[in-house]
Amino acid sequence: MDKFTTLSSVAAPMPLVNIDTDMIIPKQFLKTIQRSGLGKNLFDEMRFDDDGNEIPDFVLNQPAYRQAQILVAGDNFGCGSSREHAPWALLDFGIRSVISTSFADIFYNNCFKNGILPIVLPQEQIDVLMDDARKGENARIAIDLESQTVTSADGQQFHFEIDPFKKHCLLNGLDDIGLTLEKVSAIDSFEAQASQARPWV
Amino acid sequence: MTVAKTLYDKIWDAHVVHQDKDGTCLLYIDRHLVHEVTSPQAFEGLRMTGRTVRAPEKTIAVPDHNVPTTPDRENGIENPESRIQVDALDKNAREFGVNYYPVNDIRQGIVHIVGPEQGWTLPGMTVVCGDSHTATHGAFGALAHGIGTSEVEHVLATQTLIQQKSKNMKVEITGSLRPGVTAKDITLSVIGVTGTAGGTGYVIEYCGQAIRELSMEGRMTVCNMAIEGGARAGLIAPDETTFAYVKGRPHAPKGAQWDAALAWWKTLKSDDDAPWDKVITLKGEDIAPVVTWGTSPEDVLPITASVPAPEDFSGGKVDAVHRALDYMGLKPGQKLTDIEIDTVFIGSCTNGRIEDLRAAAAILKGKKIKPGLRAMVVPGSGLVRAQAEEEGLAQIFIDAGFEWRLAGCSMCLAMNPDQLSPGERCAATSNRNFEGRQGRGGRTHLMSPGMAAAAAITGRLTDVRELTGEPVLTG
Repeated sequence: MDKFTTLSSVAAPMPLVNIDTDMIIPKQFLKTIQRSGLGKNLFDEMRFDDDGNEIPDFVLNQPAYRQAQILVAGDNFGCGSSREHAPWALLDFGIRSVISTSFADIFYNNCFKNGILPIVLPQEQIDVLMDDARKGENARIAIDLESQTVTSADGQQFHFEIDPFKKHCLLNGLDDIGLTLEKVSAIDSFEAQASQARPWV
Repeated sequence: MTVAKTLYDKIWDAHVVHQDKDGTCLLYIDRHLVHEVTSPQAFEGLRMTGRTVRAPEKTIAVPDHNVPTTPDRENGIENPESRIQVDALDKNAREFGVNYYPVNDIRQGIVHIVGPEQGWTLPGMTVVCGDSHTATHGAFGALAHGIGTSEVEHVLATQTLIQQKSKNMKVEITGSLRPGVTAKDITLSVIGVTGTAGGTGYVIEYCGQAIRELSMEGRMTVCNMAIEGGARAGLIAPDETTFAYVKGRPHAPKGAQWDAALAWWKTLKSDDDAPWDKVITLKGEDIAPVVTWGTSPEDVLPITASVPAPEDFSGGKVDAVHRALDYMGLKPGQKLTDIEIDTVFIGSCTNGRIEDLRAAAAILKGKKIKPGLRAMVVPGSGLVRAQAEEEGLAQIFIDAGFEWRLAGCSMCLAMNPDQLSPGERCAATSNRNFEGRQGRGGRTHLMSPGMAAAAAITGRLTDVRELTGEPVLTG
């Protein structure tokens, strides 16, 4: 997993609420057995018409946002299924951070496993960043994970909360499984105890 | 004095392997269910790092999302990508030695129906699966939730998950349900109240008389859609209904182990003075048969209502409703019962169990679907299908004009050939009405099996009570 430390980028505005995982990556692209290559299908049904041509109005089809690494989105981003294909598709397109008032639980967790930083901010701060995002190439948003801040194009700084363990893993690009396997003796003794207490499991 | 705890607290505490200073916990996982869509990258990850499956005996694999539901599926899967994914699960399940129900095994079905049916899901367990509807298993008083593929790999390798604890939400449904009102109406009505983000950060415990009066099938329907309310999990304290369902299942404990398990299971309930972070109470008698009109499960109304206008909402929802009405081809003020449908889908992990098929068949018995309509029943497992045939339900569906399919997820998410065409409108017993969910441009209305059967007969969204002659007391 790639580290996440700082990021400065144009942000794409997606003010729609409840952007679900079926919008982010429709089910016909879940048939892959790999993690990579999903960027071309990100937001497929919003981005392309029935013949596969780009829909010019869609934000990521506009020249200013083709290289966007940040999304500023409406409430409850990533609701729906557990498909990790959603963050895989975002990452493969180049998105490294999504900023919203709220995220669906599973999507939020999945982001951290893939070097994507989901940031929760209150509505009035989202409004400032959404305005920035609408300015396209004229406004860049800066994110600093270490100091837990987002800076708007005109220098307003917003602090965001993040779980310390998730922050640590993201800053260092750490593999969860490797960390957990360091605690294998604790797992062994839990299993031994549990097999006494609840042998039917 | 001991600290009062919720059921969620108790199950959590019983599974903590290790707790860091910042509160991050390593939680032990008792059951790991696996299907073909969210697991191939996880098994590949194990191979690449030389890791193995720590507890194959606690891991259960079954293909469900991609499998065709037509009788010719024993000849193999035509779509090459679907076939590769199902073949990959077959190879991985055999190579890593996990419990496995292949496509042509009669026990195959939707993972969330197979788990309880085979007795893998038991009270007090932690259950995970790379699928958001894992919440279903909470009906047994288990802590059950969906995970992403990276976490699937983590559980395969370590039989644990790194977790932060959620907050506790109580959803109480007092009194009894009116005639014609079902578990599906409860769970949709709750989402109508909380919204799809109302449960974010919480684990919900459903309680109250109306929940107690539900069968296990009904309780699974309620918990299944906890995720649509944004909650990590939904659960219901186990009781005699639970124990009676579990007893005798192939993987349920037997003999002295049953007695020991039962003694523990009976302690699995929230203490009377347990603290709740959020409480929602609905009166059972106020709940009506409901349908969804939009493209989010929170877009739900009693069948007696009319399509709302964007101006009825506030904030970002106004634009979302404009978009939803456009997508759904509906106009504000239109009566819901005037909406004509093209297709009926009865099935899914929400409503693909035997009781769901009984409820639909009771409406359809001796009747025909509206000519020109496409209607299909997709049982949740091979065993549900066999039982429905034995009870004569299959014949009722076939006589009415329904297609009688083999088990799988089917048109709930349309990864197999069962899909809607653009503009095709479907009365569905599944769980999501998102844009494109059942096929690009397809329009989904969620409802109970009885309501879907009623819609099949009339060809429009219909109050099931019109057909049963039951009084319209709610809505």
